Amino acid sequence: MSQATRGITLYLHVHQPLRVRDYSVFETANDHNYFNEPDTLSERNNKNVFDKVANKSYRPMNALLEKLLTVHEDFKLSLSISGTFLEQAEMWAPDVIESFQRLVNTGRVEILSETYYHSLAFFYSRTEFEAQVEAHKTKIRELFGVDTRVFRNTELAYNDSLARWADEYGFKGILAEGWDPILDWRSPNFVYQPEGTNNIALLLKNYKLSDDLAFRFSNKEWQEWPLTADTYTEWTNAAVHNAKVINLFMDYETFGEHQWEDTGIFTFFEAFVGRWLSNPENTFYTVSDAIDAHQPVGTISMPSTVTWADSERDLTAWLGNSMQQEAMRYLYALEADILRTNDLELIADWRKLQTSDHAYYMCTKWFTDGDVHAYFSPYESPYDAFLYYMNVIRDLRWRLHETHRTGGLRG
Amino acid sequence: MGAAWRTIAHYRQAMKILMLGWELPPHNSGGLGVACYHLSKALAQEGASIDFVVPYSAKHENIDFMNIHAATKLSPLHKFGVGAYDHSFDIVSEPGSEVNDAKNIRGIQRHYVKYIERLVKKKRFDAIHAHDWLTMEAGIRAKQMTDAPLIVHVHATEFDRAGGNKGNPLIHEIEYQGLMIADRIVAVSDITRRIIIEKYGIPADKVEVIHNAIDVTSFDDGYEYDRRTYRYLEGLHGEGYTIISSVTRFTIQKGLEYLVRAFAKASEKNDRIALLLVGDGEQRDQLISLASELNISDKIFFTGFVRGKQWRDAYSVSDVFVLSSVSEPFGLAALEAAHHKTALILTKQSGVGEVLSNIFRYDFWDIDRLADQIVGIATSDALCSSLKDNVSSEYAKLSWQDVAKKCMAMYQKPRIGVFA
Repeated sequence: MSQATRGITLYLHVHQPLRVRDYSVFETANDHNYFNEPDTLSERNNKNVFDKVANKSYRPMNALLEKLLTVHEDFKLSLSISGTFLEQAEMWAPDVIESFQRLVNTGRVEILSETYYHSLAFFYSRTEFEAQVEAHKTKIRELFGVDTRVFRNTELAYNDSLARWADEYGFKGILAEGWDPILDWRSPNFVYQPEGTNNIALLLKNYKLSDDLAFRFSNKEWQEWPLTADTYTEWTNAAVHNAKVINLFMDYETFGEHQWEDTGIFTFFEAFVGRWLSNPENTFYTVSDAIDAHQPVGTISMPSTVTWADSERDLTAWLGNSMQQEAMRYLYALEADILRTNDLELIADWRKLQTSDHAYYMCTKWFTDGDVHAYFSPYESPYDAFLYYMNVIRDLRWRLHETHRTGGLRG
Repeated sequence: MGAAWRTIAHYRQAMKILMLGWELPPHNSGGLGVACYHLSKALAQEGASIDFVVPYSAKHENIDFMNIHAATKLSPLHKFGVGAYDHSFDIVSEPGSEVNDAKNIRGIQRHYVKYIERLVKKKRFDAIHAHDWLTMEAGIRAKQMTDAPLIVHVHATEFDRAGGNKGNPLIHEIEYQGLMIADRIVAVSDITRRIIIEKYGIPADKVEVIHNAIDVTSFDDGYEYDRRTYRYLEGLHGEGYTIISSVTRFTIQKGLEYLVRAFAKASEKNDRIALLLVGDGEQRDQLISLASELNISDKIFFTGFVRGKQWRDAYSVSDVFVLSSVSEPFGLAALEAAHHKTALILTKQSGVGEVLSNIFRYDFWDIDRLADQIVGIATSDALCSSLKDNVSSEYAKLSWQDVAKKCMAMYQKPRIGVFA
């Protein structure tokens, strides 16, 4: 139907962690509730946060996406939706689940595969990692009736061995950051193949055009502020000249939460979709469409892990300091003992603690840069986040010890 | 008749003491308030009539043995960070600024002095007893106006608080003046007495050591240890762990970094030990980082600031209490810990060690020795229980009544101070 030769692959990441409440030494071994902060106004109260973001972002943005899918038959997008998000939406906002289901039912919204618990398990335990990928596949099948075929890892954390794993696992595609030091002279605006794989394609994020929306859109210090749909259409058209795809990957919450409605992000986005499609050469792709429509132009190798975070594009925001490393080591050390219990609640709690956000809240690297304002967290400090988390780990040990007579309190 | 008769008559009239303090329980941020409370109570029992001045307004419901004066209308000061231990800040915004800049510690001190000036015009006192640099200027002023003897009671000097650093020169100067003009000086330990003589150049015969004590009856409030409070630690006990603790402010003076390093060394030798750190302060984040760099975070428990039951249960759950101070004029917490049946390890730089024998001591910097002592106790039940049992027969002999008797005697002594 369309004569389009190139397109935008819009991929939005939908996620909410289960934040750990103020869990003190005095709760440890006495109260096994880690995630239900009683203070309903607290930033650590998950329902409070979820309700807020649902009203600011999930509800209005899904309404807009539904409208765009109705108005423009060439509009498409992809979503990754974490299991911890879906569980919270089922509890507190079933209408949000239904609106996602309506999007997926159009056949033009693809859901990506990922770890159910939004974890960094790939770097700690291959079996746990695969268990979470399978759990996520099952959950998506149950709720949306679709099979996932393209993989994205938590925080877009990617390396060659992950690509080889995804290839062998049968995925047709995988996502990563289009990071200049890796790409060198190459452009992110083509489909690639990961080094050492047979059947899998690699889509690379165009971080400049993505971050124009995700980070810079409302920044009044930015020389391009205020960004108009016309200007952004010019930039995207220029970027795709002689190229095939523009991969715009960002947090879903960019729309309405990171960039509030009063910044004009919704009207901007609606206008931009129309402008982009007004050029008959342009279209939108789902991630699978982009891979089907274009052959890889070459192979890309990333021996070390690359993420979509910070100027370093590495894992230091999650695993950079000794507190983070220690906390994760203690957590994953419990794997065998926890799984052996077949205690579903205990196993679920252990897995909820793998969500990468917990480690992120312990990050201190912005303090060393003197940029305290970069610390986005529901906790007073990374040290508080660490203490609460350590007490929870001790309580897991306690439950193993008391209820299941496995493991010792010594970890 | 003569002198002896006059003394007895004096006693019958009751000694009138002007007590210049900064805090009293429950509005205290540390040991200064506790010591002042017990000292005053014991003095009252010895027959003294006490007017105790604090720099804030608050109810002290359990105190009926003396008159409490509020020098300002402020609420208890530690809430503003100008309590007895918070004065390292903003101290140089000296004169010029008016007396009504009340949230600055110097402003509060000026209010305090004005209050004392009014008070001594209305009432005659037999002695003025000032506690630490916080009220030394008020003490000097009261002495100038009344000619009553000034006793300066030193619970801590700026050298102690600075924990090996230089400290605040203005505070040093105030301390020097107060010590010079005082008729008698009470030091809470020999360590403190030596600092007063050596660092401030005060004549030795003016300085007397009167160690603090512990009022064991103040713990008789129906308290029973609740094993659920630190249930995880009790669980570790069940696995043969030894619980080591410290209850203190997390400041450089307290030497906790050395304790954490020693604990890490000890746990290489014996991994069945856990460390309970009770309190809060500016060093907390640094201690948390250090623990994770040493890979022992899961063996260290941070409670934050606790009071009441959680505070007493912290002592009760412990096998060993460590007072790790770089410089500690006394260290009442050690006696509190002993009362809850713990073994004690104290630095040689802690004054309370001068009045106890059944304890381990180490130099604050000597982490090898501390690690060795910790492992020794953790690996020998006999050693652990001997230390616990024997120190418990020692500490209770230290009585505030004895302290009060010594103070009463001092109020009578001929004055040898400088006339201001």
